[in-house]
Amino acid sequence: MNDFTKYLAGRVTAGGMNRREFMGRAVAAGVTLTAASQLYATSAEAQTPKKGGALKLGLEGGAATDSIDPAKATSQVMFVAVRTWGDTLVETHPTTRAPIPSLAESWAPSPDAKVWTFKIRKGVTFHNGKELTTDDVVATLKRHSDGKTESGAAGVMKSIKSIENKSGDLVVTLESGNADLPAIFTDYHLVIQPNGGVDNPTAGIGTGPYKVKSFEPGVRMTFEKNTSDWRSDRGFADTVELITMNDATARIAALSSGQVHYINRVDPKTVPLLTRSPNVQLLTTAGGGHYVFIMHCDKAPFDNNDLRMALKYAIDREEMVKRILGGYGKVGNDFPINDTYAFFPEGIEQRKYDPDKAKFHYKKSGHSGSVLLRTSEVAFPGAVDASVLFQESAKKVGINIEIKREPGDGYWSNVWNVQPFSASYWGSRATQDQFYSGAYLSTADWNDTRFKNEKFDKLLIEARSELDQSKRKDMYREMAMLVRDEGGTILPMFNDYVNAATKKVKGYVNDIGNDMSNGYVATRIWLDA
Amino acid sequence: MSNTSEAGRQPGLRFRERFPLLSLITERLVLSVILLFAVSVLIFGGVEALPGDFATTYLGQSATPQAVANIRAELGLDKPVVTRYFEWLGGALQGDFGKSWASRNSVSEQVGKRLGNSLFLAGFAAIIAVPLAICLGMLSVHFRNRMPDKIINVVSLAAISLPEFFIGYLLILYFAVNFGIATFPATVYEDMGFLERIQTIALPTATLVLVVLAHMMRMTRAAILSVMSSAYMETAELKGLSAGRAIIKHAAPNALAPIINVVALNLAYLVVGVVVVEVVFVYPGMGQYMVDAVTVRDMPVVQACGLIFAAVYILLNMVADILAIVANPRLRHPR
Repeated sequence: MNDFTKYLAGRVTAGGMNRREFMGRAVAAGVTLTAASQLYATSAEAQTPKKGGALKLGLEGGAATDSIDPAKATSQVMFVAVRTWGDTLVETHPTTRAPIPSLAESWAPSPDAKVWTFKIRKGVTFHNGKELTTDDVVATLKRHSDGKTESGAAGVMKSIKSIENKSGDLVVTLESGNADLPAIFTDYHLVIQPNGGVDNPTAGIGTGPYKVKSFEPGVRMTFEKNTSDWRSDRGFADTVELITMNDATARIAALSSGQVHYINRVDPKTVPLLTRSPNVQLLTTAGGGHYVFIMHCDKAPFDNNDLRMALKYAIDREEMVKRILGGYGKVGNDFPINDTYAFFPEGIEQRKYDPDKAKFHYKKSGHSGSVLLRTSEVAFPGAVDASVLFQESAKKVGINIEIKREPGDGYWSNVWNVQPFSASYWGSRATQDQFYSGAYLSTADWNDTRFKNEKFDKLLIEARSELDQSKRKDMYREMAMLVRDEGGTILPMFNDYVNAATKKVKGYVNDIGNDMSNGYVATRIWLDA
Repeated sequence: MSNTSEAGRQPGLRFRERFPLLSLITERLVLSVILLFAVSVLIFGGVEALPGDFATTYLGQSATPQAVANIRAELGLDKPVVTRYFEWLGGALQGDFGKSWASRNSVSEQVGKRLGNSLFLAGFAAIIAVPLAICLGMLSVHFRNRMPDKIINVVSLAAISLPEFFIGYLLILYFAVNFGIATFPATVYEDMGFLERIQTIALPTATLVLVVLAHMMRMTRAAILSVMSSAYMETAELKGLSAGRAIIKHAAPNALAPIINVVALNLAYLVVGVVVVEVVFVYPGMGQYMVDAVTVRDMPVVQACGLIFAAVYILLNMVADILAIVANPRLRHPR
């Protein structure tokens, strides 16, 4: 969606434009007819939220081992749960992904982006009646970043040197400048808890629109409306219920029989059947998540860039999007960033299935014999099928890929990031910097392609503290080219987030930040009687 | 033992002769405890042998070395295996099964809830399935090789031949989605009333009944038929007893032992073997709980679940044996 269309959508929301006018102008601006129609619908619905009702969500990705402690929230269900009962300092704009204020009212960096000062909102109370103070914020951030932390956010918090309360303001000092610090504070683990949750991490007390009423891990979690919520533009239903449903068929049955209002993780293969049901609407959002085949750049035979290039040209991306994603996604270009990120480098040539180039590089690499690709259903949905498609398209250019199917159990600790060539996936991160720092920097914990490039590292560090936007964009382009042409990532596709709801559900926000309206689904939708 | 001593002088033997049933039960109980120890060692070893430990599997793709090390240190995963096993055992012997590593909730409390749910579903399925299976078995003996027998056989065999998840899906499709008369998902909660609970579990109960029916029914039929071909049944027939009376009075008591055994086996299955049904119907039972725990190597939970499952099997088999002995006087006085 370009800026003009966004402006149009904004006018619809403000009530200043009817459907015909909107459609005409949006289509003239180059938006397809169905997209314009959907856009109008979502914008128009934003006008009149209805309050009340008991909202039920049937979600994949919960387990009896789930913990209510936000530091340990890893499953999909707990991701939505923390977004429902808690608030972070900063949120992201649903369509531009720019950081916007939440519990932090405003912020300002020092000129070198090393010291950041956040003004904390006044008059916000926790569910237990206590008022939010800067000390609570400091304690929370410390709990996720000190040496003893077991937090899932430990990785993104590593660059922080000190966290202080200076006369009521939060002052964060970094090891080195980072222009994206506010984006880090949108991480869902970093929900602000009274005294940082140090006394009782699993209390489930926050400042969010819903209070936790009951929690049975792996079964369900119930919430009731927080009547003293500091915001009035969210939390429309009276109660919210998150039901863990790990069986895809069970979710679809529950949705089509109207027992739940919303489900996540709809298998693209079942979409045509699901949309036949008169009560169901499909909710798809483009995102930055992607499926990959990763090669270790430092292990034979993948230490040979010509072999890596040959494999990159030997994969049929279009077919994968069609067959594996059922069309709900976009082709990838062998770097992990797409247009859902700020500073996306536009206009880089799209890499395609090219038998000639593949043969050329394969010959140049001098490699003979087969390469062993390890795959598993848990790597990403359809990973085994995708591996077979890859095998077939590579066979046509004379590259022999041998597939080894690994057990799903233990895949992330024994195969991924251990074996030299395997299937995997990546979720979206808040910024390009966060993504590259986590997975492509030489020293990154999750550098699963063993991509070690001095030039890249230097650019990444420089771009991090660069406050000049156009210079920064150029740097990100250069980095993308390095990863695309020298890296170990074969990135055939970016997957859309495919969810579904009953037609009673209104106000769904297509948030490019992450799946399930960036986790805010329960607080943003309402039930139309 | 010297050859002069009489058998009666040995207290153990005398006890055994006087109270054959009681001594059998005691013997079995002692064996059960040993068996449970063995099970706990096996489970501990099994989970240890699985690739990855709790820290790496729980953090999954987002594990940083520091966070992994912190979790290991906190849970004592860096200690030797044997030390950790005996630490766990020490707690368990005092009735303390510890806390779940993942959710940090008390295992006993969690297991209690889940076990209650599992037993409720299994019990309810058993109340329907066992009498139904035995009645159908007797009916099919009565109408042996005639139409009713054939219908009962074909239908129950068809039900057991379909995978249980498929039966589940069929029931959901027709009764929940198309007709809209049954509740789905069959998730039960603590604050549910009894009637509401029964209504909620109607579909999974029906699925389980269909799955276990054929096995018990056919065993009943086979056991009674084999008794029917014996000489004393011929006598009964010759002395003019009606077929129904002969079955109930003479055939059934003699056929009880194998029937009790197969019923016990199926009851155990209903408690411990229904993970798939739990998943399909979103039912919060023990099976799913254990699978979740194994996935992240949450040892205290896996151990507790494993021991309960083993205990259920041991207990039901013991009850079956005892009942078989009680039902058959010949077994009560072993020579």
